[in-house]
Amino acid sequence: MSAVLAFGLAMRAFAITPIQVASIATAALFAQYLGSVMTATRFDPRSALVTTLSLSLLLRADGVTPLIIAALIGVGSKFMFRIHNKHIFNPANAGIVALLLLSEGPLLNAAWTTPGQWGTALWFAMLLAGAGLFVTYRAARFDVPLIFLGAFAALIFVRAIWLGDPLAIPLLRLQNGALILFAFFMISDPKTTPDGSIARAVFSVSAALIAYVLTYHFYIADGLFYALAIVCIARPFLELFDPSPRYQWGDPVSTPKLRIPEKSRRTEPAPHLYPAE
Amino acid sequence: MHRSLKKALFAAASATAAIALTSGAVAFCGFYVAKADTKLFNKASKVAIMRDNDRTVITMANDYQGDLKEFAMVIPVPVVLQEEQIHVTDNAIIDHLDAYTAPRLVEYFDGDPCTVYRKEALQMAAPTAVMEDGVAEGERDSLGVTIEAEYTVGEYDIQILSAEQSGGLAQWLVENGYKLPDGAEATLGSYIKQGTKFFVAKVNLEEQAETGLKYLRPLQIAFESPKFQLPIRLGTVNADGKQELFVFGLTRSGRIETTNYRTVKLPTGMDIPLYVKDEFGSFYKSMFDEQVEKENGRAVFMEYAWNMNWCDPCAADPLSSQELRELGVYWLDNDGAGIQPRRPGPQAQDVYVTRLHVSYDAQTFPEDLVLKETGDKSNFQGRYVLRHPYKGDTTCEAAEDYRANLPKRFEKEAQTLANLTGWNIDDIREKMNEGAQSFDPPKSEPWWKRIWGDDDSNG
Repeated sequence: MSAVLAFGLAMRAFAITPIQVASIATAALFAQYLGSVMTATRFDPRSALVTTLSLSLLLRADGVTPLIIAALIGVGSKFMFRIHNKHIFNPANAGIVALLLLSEGPLLNAAWTTPGQWGTALWFAMLLAGAGLFVTYRAARFDVPLIFLGAFAALIFVRAIWLGDPLAIPLLRLQNGALILFAFFMISDPKTTPDGSIARAVFSVSAALIAYVLTYHFYIADGLFYALAIVCIARPFLELFDPSPRYQWGDPVSTPKLRIPEKSRRTEPAPHLYPAE
Repeated sequence: MHRSLKKALFAAASATAAIALTSGAVAFCGFYVAKADTKLFNKASKVAIMRDNDRTVITMANDYQGDLKEFAMVIPVPVVLQEEQIHVTDNAIIDHLDAYTAPRLVEYFDGDPCTVYRKEALQMAAPTAVMEDGVAEGERDSLGVTIEAEYTVGEYDIQILSAEQSGGLAQWLVENGYKLPDGAEATLGSYIKQGTKFFVAKVNLEEQAETGLKYLRPLQIAFESPKFQLPIRLGTVNADGKQELFVFGLTRSGRIETTNYRTVKLPTGMDIPLYVKDEFGSFYKSMFDEQVEKENGRAVFMEYAWNMNWCDPCAADPLSSQELRELGVYWLDNDGAGIQPRRPGPQAQDVYVTRLHVSYDAQTFPEDLVLKETGDKSNFQGRYVLRHPYKGDTTCEAAEDYRANLPKRFEKEAQTLANLTGWNIDDIREKMNEGAQSFDPPKSEPWWKRIWGDDDSNG
């Protein structure tokens, strides 16, 4: 993912400066550290760095303050909003949604997203998808982006066929770089997707449906991000119907298996390559 | 030939022109940049969009020269418009907006390398031409087509149509004298299913005669809708080659961009050879085409993005509050009306202008442009620089270094130009050599000549 970012910085003239990226990283790590100290857990920078990358890729602002606020809110949300000892919101998504909402009010137009900036070059989408698959593969949530994209694609294609539109239109929409990024790097976050595979499928399809409706019926350009925030709020309820052991960073698969006590799990070495379910 | 068949229908994208339906040539004449007599882009439409939350004012201008009674404009609109929501304005305002935002050529003159560096900047203005679309005929019918409203505004007879199915609408249009190209029906159908209304305008010849003008004035519509899009699909159905669209965004918070296509900044700020001064138009066109090519024809280009308060250098004065209000900027007070000074100090005008340039056809731009306002207020302009070398006679060590470095600088300019436009580098070098930019290294005087050069007691 850092490779993607570096590539993006070099090739796509992102309009984000190294200083902005550094600010996001600092703020995210700081919030993570503070949270660890306050909750007396071990400090693990990985999640904060993933949040940094997502924010750097998807959120834009003048200056650094809005981005720092997004990072603090994003990572902070992990410690503040929890149910059953699991955080509710995807941190990067929480940061983006919070800033988008604040930009409507108190922090007028402080931050924005640029969904079109990634263009639609197919090869670029493929590259991202490939990199994304790798990341999610290791994180054992391979199914989430695929189900999400499948459902989203189905909705777009069905609508195009009903409208009698040329297929170039749905294809164009699916090649959107921001959509691919969102699918592979954000919604796939194993910590905020349901642990049971059925619940996860429902979660992914609902996100696709809500994102589709917000984007194409309410003309909300940032529908994707709002959709994820909504399904994240609904996630604890989904899990009630499909209980499964909780995901820990490094778990190869999420099928019910031997429960290892918290402590020994934390010290387990990082991921192995196993097929996800 | 049946007279009605001669009628042409301009199916316009929210302004952008169209479908030419007759064999008669439907020519859009040029869009001029930098040199008034250089026709740069044919088939160009200009659309100014004021957008603030859901409030939208669209001003549509394109240049039509031909028999006024043979043209029609069909624009998909999200809502039925009341008569007060439709307006006709002056070409001059769009021309002014165009000139203000046009890519510009600037000149610098090198100072005497032996003295303190001194700069002088000039810039060239970039005027333009504008006009608009023509019209069709309409009748109430039982084809599922409902005429929601009919108005005469300025020189236009306007009908707002809603339809139940594309077949009915197509038939209605055909019965009313339009000839639809293949593929138009499917596109109309898609719009109908999305609940779109159709704004059909034709010229009222009597009213038009009363204006005393030889052209059609820009048509404006104001409405509220969450949909921030520019429909271009109808315009691509039967388009003969690519069409050019210029979008001028007038917003409060920052520049606009497209969400379903990439918005790319045009290359800017480069030093280019001096001879380009006489062919800025063809330079700009070649460069634009080259950049379109580089993006596989799929990008929207940003040519200008600036706070309406000021400019530097100015291709034209910023628009006055009055002109901006005319274009729909409703939040400006009437007070500040009047022409802005050329380089006014920072005054809270609160209007941000974005100029986007799209070269499109059905293949590269299958979907309507979906726009978005961002919070980005950084300034951007398409600006190209001519740097004149110092011509005076001067002798000092710095001057020699300066002269020795000129060929290197010229070579760099030649490469920049070749890279930007795709022109042949040898042709560029030749033209530069013919002009005042010689690549021959200057004869360098031995350093000792400067010591005793004028001394008679020299050997």
